[in-house]
Amino acid sequence: MTRSGIVGWTLAAPALVVIAVFFALPVVIGLALSLTDFDLYALADLSTSRFVGLDNYLRLLQTPLFWQALGNTLYFVAVGVPLSIGLSLAAALLLNARVAKWQAFFRTALFAPVVTTVVAVAVIWRYLLHTRYGLVNHALATLGIDPIDWLGDPHWSMPAIILFATWKNFGYNMVILLAALQAVPRELYESARVDGAGTLRQFTDVTFPLLTPTLVMVGIMTVAGYFQLFAEPYVMTQGGPLRSTVSVLYFMYEEGFRWWNLGFASAVAFVLFLIIFTVSAGLWRFDRDPAASRP
Amino acid sequence: MRLRELGRGSRRNALQRLGAAAALLTLGGCGRRDSPEGPLNFWAMGREAEVVAELLPAFHARHPDIRVHVQQLPWTAAHEKLLTAYAGDSLPDLCQLGNTWLPELTALDALEPLDQRVDASAIARDDYFAGILDTNVMPTPAGNRLFGVPWYVDTRVLFYRSDLLRAAGHPTPPQSWAEWLAAMRAIRQRDARSYGVLLPLNEPDPLFALALQQGALLSDDDTRGAFAQPPFRRALGFYAGIFAERLAPAMTNAQIANVWDEFARGLFAFYVSGPWNIGEFRRRLPRERQGDWATAPLPGPDGPGVSTAGGSSLVIFKRSQKKAAAWQLIEFLSDPATMQRFHALTGNLPPRRSAWRSPELAADVPSQAFASQLERVRAAPKLPEWERIFQEMQYAAARVVQRTQGIDAATTELDASVDALLEKRRWLRTRAAASPR
Repeated sequence: MTRSGIVGWTLAAPALVVIAVFFALPVVIGLALSLTDFDLYALADLSTSRFVGLDNYLRLLQTPLFWQALGNTLYFVAVGVPLSIGLSLAAALLLNARVAKWQAFFRTALFAPVVTTVVAVAVIWRYLLHTRYGLVNHALATLGIDPIDWLGDPHWSMPAIILFATWKNFGYNMVILLAALQAVPRELYESARVDGAGTLRQFTDVTFPLLTPTLVMVGIMTVAGYFQLFAEPYVMTQGGPLRSTVSVLYFMYEEGFRWWNLGFASAVAFVLFLIIFTVSAGLWRFDRDPAASRP
Repeated sequence: MRLRELGRGSRRNALQRLGAAAALLTLGGCGRRDSPEGPLNFWAMGREAEVVAELLPAFHARHPDIRVHVQQLPWTAAHEKLLTAYAGDSLPDLCQLGNTWLPELTALDALEPLDQRVDASAIARDDYFAGILDTNVMPTPAGNRLFGVPWYVDTRVLFYRSDLLRAAGHPTPPQSWAEWLAAMRAIRQRDARSYGVLLPLNEPDPLFALALQQGALLSDDDTRGAFAQPPFRRALGFYAGIFAERLAPAMTNAQIANVWDEFARGLFAFYVSGPWNIGEFRRRLPRERQGDWATAPLPGPDGPGVSTAGGSSLVIFKRSQKKAAAWQLIEFLSDPATMQRFHALTGNLPPRRSAWRSPELAADVPSQAFASQLERVRAAPKLPEWERIFQEMQYAAARVVQRTQGIDAATTELDASVDALLEKRRWLRTRAAASPR
């Protein structure tokens, strides 16, 4: 090895060791664990844990609750991600508009939910969503809509969770999109106007293409994050009513830390990883558009 | 400590063992051994933890040398905290434990048997309600052992609207299933807007109590489900029949915004619930309704029936280095006088008959149904998987009530899933039988 090679490896070594010990090793152990039936009995006496091959994965695919959890999670992702990014984009466009006043104030105000604690704001949201005394139903009542049992009715529990998660998270993407918007050269809009493009045309042909790489990145991060839905149902509904808010991660948590089937729970973790990996890889394809170069 | 065990097993299992050991290390990264001189660590849950602090000065007066450090765990997180603490070897010296968790911690071999200490102390076993004490007795390879001392009890009885019952022509509470059904039908007939009983579909306890009255729920030495057998089917048939006749609303707890409001309003006349609701009913029902509610023991198939044996026990952990001091605290908390004070502070019902002789308890009318029910309580099956089977049972019952499945299909499916859950248990049995130690 060359001298500079040695120096390079030496300098990188601390970071590599940390990655190996705190990332690679747990992943390998998790994978090994998912091939065993490690459970409560094994916690007491390790010799009772058995190598079961892919049984955990096969059993998982036959567990109705897993499919329900996957369905709930996909519902959350399919509705929550577009809603969240759409809201972020809308807020970013408003903040970026030349006529907007008090930009700094609104930027901070809209970003504030991101830095709040899920648990604390979940308590407030539970009040807001209360069937009889909640502000949300109060507002609906002024529109003549009957009260909705947001967290008690299996049809409304997931929409309530989506609302909460969107409100909590849109500010983060908004800030990223705002930065991207501010980087769009003003000259492009000027020439677009000279060519006779209206506001809508300017958005579809100038803003949107230049924003695509950022949007893809934001999309991947949001999808990966939303697939790992856990804290919101854990605090607001405990997976209920009728398990309508059990997400894949919540299912894994229950298997692992409530019932203590750590082998099975590890298998859930790997299946979730594969799903997120596949979806994210699919999203990357949107970034191959040659017209979209980073501004 | 646990790593030492790595050397013992066969090489075939090396990978799993390594994985498992590393998992243990990750789970309980901050294990900590107490010094023998430090304070006694006592984990208690929820309200009990707050109240126990008020009892401690009397203990310190008697034992000035023992310092007690009470740590409060929220009920919702207590179970996982205990198991992670076990994995990380950071369990306290003694703990308040829901008695349905005893099988799990005994399976982990984490608890200290208390038989000898009890026998040598002033704690008289026959002073305890037998069904409650029995929940603390666990089978071990060396025979049955007592692993906990009951601290307070919990069971399910009937809360009912005495005025509605009287108006419907049933002045006394029902004692048998037939009388209960007749009373509920009369109430429904009198006013079609009110139901006979509220049995929230997400609460397994009422159905479980009815099932306990009928017989065993597991077979083959607790290694297979017996839910498709006649005993459970009779209980489920009765339970589902109540809904089929529209004598109970098919609702979960979450759908009823406020049980006490609805009870006061007369949405239902019977409610199957536990001791904490005595206090809640007094606090939350309007003043003008206070004379209209009462409690009664749970009806059985042909007369007063058994109910569930719940509550919390006090346990000592095997790895504690201060077992003698921990035992002194348990003795103090098990003293009838302390139990009476504890009841005055929390409303928790004492497990000792002698503690029930206090004027407050003996004169408290709603508590009397509990006193009589506690003589007829039966322990849940003692296996770590029980909590989960308990939940599965209720999911199956909810499917029957909501008519997505018949009783045949639901109980067969329930047995299949219970059998799958108990596969490990059967394997452990065969393995133990094959290699006698």
